[in-house]
Amino acid sequence: MVTSAPLWSVLVVPVLLAAFTAVAVAADALLAARADGRRLSMGVVAPLAEVPRLLAAQRRTTLAPDPLLWRLGLATVPVAGVLSAVVIPFGQVTASRMSVGVVWFNAMEVLTWAGLWMAGWGPNSVLSLVGGYRFVAQGLAYELPLMFALISAAAGAQSLDVAGIASAQGRLWFVVWMPAAFAIYLASVYAFSFLGPFGYPAGRDLAGGMLAELSGPDRLVLQAGRWLLLTAGAGMAVPLFLGGGAGPLLPAWAWSAVKTVAVVFLLVWGRRRLPVLRADRYAELAWVVLIPLAIAQALAVALVVLTTGGTP
Amino acid sequence: MTSAVFWVLAPLAVVSGFGVFRFNSMARATFALLISFLASGGLLIWLGLAYLGTVVILMMVMEMVIMAVFMIAYMMNPAGLMPMSMLHNRRGSLAISVAAFALLAVGILVTPWPHRAGAPPRDATFALGEALMGPQMLTMITLGFALFATMVGAVVLATHRGRYDRFGDDLKRRPPADPARGGVGQ
Repeated sequence: MVTSAPLWSVLVVPVLLAAFTAVAVAADALLAARADGRRLSMGVVAPLAEVPRLLAAQRRTTLAPDPLLWRLGLATVPVAGVLSAVVIPFGQVTASRMSVGVVWFNAMEVLTWAGLWMAGWGPNSVLSLVGGYRFVAQGLAYELPLMFALISAAAGAQSLDVAGIASAQGRLWFVVWMPAAFAIYLASVYAFSFLGPFGYPAGRDLAGGMLAELSGPDRLVLQAGRWLLLTAGAGMAVPLFLGGGAGPLLPAWAWSAVKTVAVVFLLVWGRRRLPVLRADRYAELAWVVLIPLAIAQALAVALVVLTTGGTP
Repeated sequence: MTSAVFWVLAPLAVVSGFGVFRFNSMARATFALLISFLASGGLLIWLGLAYLGTVVILMMVMEMVIMAVFMIAYMMNPAGLMPMSMLHNRRGSLAISVAAFALLAVGILVTPWPHRAGAPPRDATFALGEALMGPQMLTMITLGFALFATMVGAVVLATHRGRYDRFGDDLKRRPPADPARGGVGQ
């Protein structure tokens, strides 16, 4: 039975999320070092050593920026990552056992739409503006399949409560009988953290796009924000599709941690393997293939629940 | 604590809603409206309607971002870099809005509100789902068809390329002639 922790535990969420994010960034640096044939031990600490450098570095200013929207947009991205993680149960405890946790996660992840558009608009620079528009175009493509993937998990458990969804997978993990929803969910995690195949808004063809005009603390906030979102998405995959804290021998919190790290590693590894997708091509794939697929998945789940009264 | 939530969110909703009319920049006006909606969604959650409040936040973020795209595409001076006023009939509109506000506020104060009958449902989300999918099912189905037909109609009217442009006069051209190469089925 998952219990709701006291209110102060909300303060633990960013710390825990930051710790898992550090693991993700270190794993990414490890893979980068291995690909370049560098010594592995130094590669792991390199991104963390970036943090004080970026904090001390000077902010770039541009001609006639909109500083209010620029800073507000940048701050929205990590805040959305942390707020979406508030409803994720860790083992037997959750910071907020909200009755509509799945919808809350979705709403907080959608905040990045506003955040990234404002961050692209703010500096009055064409490259970052194009980056912001690219993210919105990508958002229109990834959001509906993601919603149907979340609906599949919620319908399978007949609950919008994340802890309820985790505990409904006693006999069979949702990943086994909802593989399409799981795959679409993982793709959407890349999309809302605009990493890997969805790095198009910050693409090299745009000289960094969203990141083009950012330096110092601003750059740190946006980079940290996208990795926090990736980690929060990986953490949410565990209660939605991988049985939450269930597992033999180890305590529930340890299983939650192990599964989260496993999904993080999968995403970080895939990020280097997959090519960057153009938003218009992904939009076509999403609307022509993925939305029908996700609806079929949700329908299959609904039929199973209607006939068996629960999980198969 | 609970009333503190109200006294933060309610003035935020009103002030940022007022900001929509104060900002020169279309981008700022759009996101001021978004903040107003987010505060209203927060108030709904505070009232115990977690699902409705969260859905308001979810839908309004997406809607306002789309609206920002169109506002900036259509309006002159979208960034507010050149000061200009788009207000007409300032005195008249001010008088009308103050009168309307006063009328509504007086209406709230003088109406003999009925006392509450019955208790709130244990699970408001479930009660909402039952109401929409039970007695109001026909309304929702009709609404769904009407919205879907509107969307299809709008897309058909807006697009300048149809299937004959893509597949040729006898609909036999493969792959279709599209302005951008690549994509599904090519």
